Amino acid sequence: MLAKRIIPCLDCQDGRVVKGVRFEGLRDAGDPGELADLYNREGADELVMLDISASRQGRATLMETVRCVARRLFIPLTVGGGVRTVDDARRLLAAGADKVSVNTAAVESPALVSELAAAFGRQAIVVAIDARRTGPLAQGREGAEIGRTAWQVMTYGGTRETGWDAVAWARRVEELGAGEILLTSMDADGTEAGFDCELTAAVSRAVQIPVIASGGAGNPAHFVEVFERGAADAALAASIFHYEGQTLGTLKQYLQTHGVPVRIVAG
Amino acid sequence: MTVVIDYGAGNVGSVLKAIAYLGYPAEIAGSAKLLAGADKIILPGQGHFGAMMGELGRRGMIEPLREALGRGTPYLGICLGLQALYESSEEAPAVAGLGWLAGTVRRFTGPGKVPQVGWNQLEIRGGSRLLEGVANGSFVYYCHSYYAPVTAETAALTDYGGPYAAAVERGALWAVQFHPEKSGEVGLRVLQNFLAS
Repeated sequence: MLAKRIIPCLDCQDGRVVKGVRFEGLRDAGDPGELADLYNREGADELVMLDISASRQGRATLMETVRCVARRLFIPLTVGGGVRTVDDARRLLAAGADKVSVNTAAVESPALVSELAAAFGRQAIVVAIDARRTGPLAQGREGAEIGRTAWQVMTYGGTRETGWDAVAWARRVEELGAGEILLTSMDADGTEAGFDCELTAAVSRAVQIPVIASGGAGNPAHFVEVFERGAADAALAASIFHYEGQTLGTLKQYLQTHGVPVRIVAG
Repeated sequence: MTVVIDYGAGNVGSVLKAIAYLGYPAEIAGSAKLLAGADKIILPGQGHFGAMMGELGRRGMIEPLREALGRGTPYLGICLGLQALYESSEEAPAVAGLGWLAGTVRRFTGPGKVPQVGWNQLEIRGGSRLLEGVANGSFVYYCHSYYAPVTAETAALTDYGGPYAAAVERGALWAVQFHPEKSGEVGLRVLQNFLAS
């Protein structure tokens, strides 16, 4: 049976892993290479590294980290943050990433998603969507039904509103050539209060490609919820692994006993 | 020398990385030249069946590849490198595969999402050399929309809306639908078994 994937996320800034709450108040969480090794040993199904550095120096540091981590990592590695062109993506893939994630650049230039898919294949392209609840829609936007709860797409690390409906944007990126969607609930991010299952289900049911739910994981029961009620194909988390001492092994044991198919790594 | 075929797409880099990690030498072949003298051939694949066969054709590699298979040169196909062995694929009905194995590669019809992305389990048939030391029920990493039928050559099956060929084996001809270079310790074991064969 196809396993539900558990994906630790390393938000990297200037050579360190950091994590905040709702994208703010960043705290140091450790060395990216060491955390990648640890999570790999514990049975991570994939790893995601997102560069949230503002500086050119920070990006160069991340590239070196990717090279270093990829040499000894034999599970899929997704890298994103600041990918704006096909050449940016090529550099990350050459450094050892298996997939690249694009976010703001895809919103600003949707054709980029198609260009990336044509250059590297859909399987290598993850479109990250940061979504924030806007309440029930007062009027129908393209692809959205009037009256249902809506989420709007945010860009630039969650600082800018686009006015776009997240579900409609998810359908669009699938058409454009995205291989997977990494869906982050800004309302839930870093709160450890649970995933936004309603958002996740709305997006997951709207597309055929896998949806990785992100934002809000605080305990193992939250993962069960997002796989069952949220129809997620994978779940990504950071704080729970960095700060709460939750190991992947015990999380997966919990999921297995609650009927979620997961990959248990021996030893 | 193990030769890894590079037809300009995909996962050649990560396959080479895994081979280097296991301590074996390998060379990249982007043309027919190296195929004649190869001790072992790996065809990694990713992307579109028609595009792959077209590119192998343009590079003049199809006949040399058939000849190498005919000589019994150990071969490991990965993902599309497995599908290439069959007669045809629904992904590009007008394009002929290598035809080394009988059958047609078909598209998943659900109920799961297509493509299948992620870790799924192996149901291993006995006696496989490629899968020696791999526990039945092990998880391996997949990313594909098309699958090969279960036949006498099938060494392991995976279920995704029905059983399909996860691994095939006939003499020195091996192929896997999953990505051993992305399947953790299990995948490394499979590559090691091939490289040591």
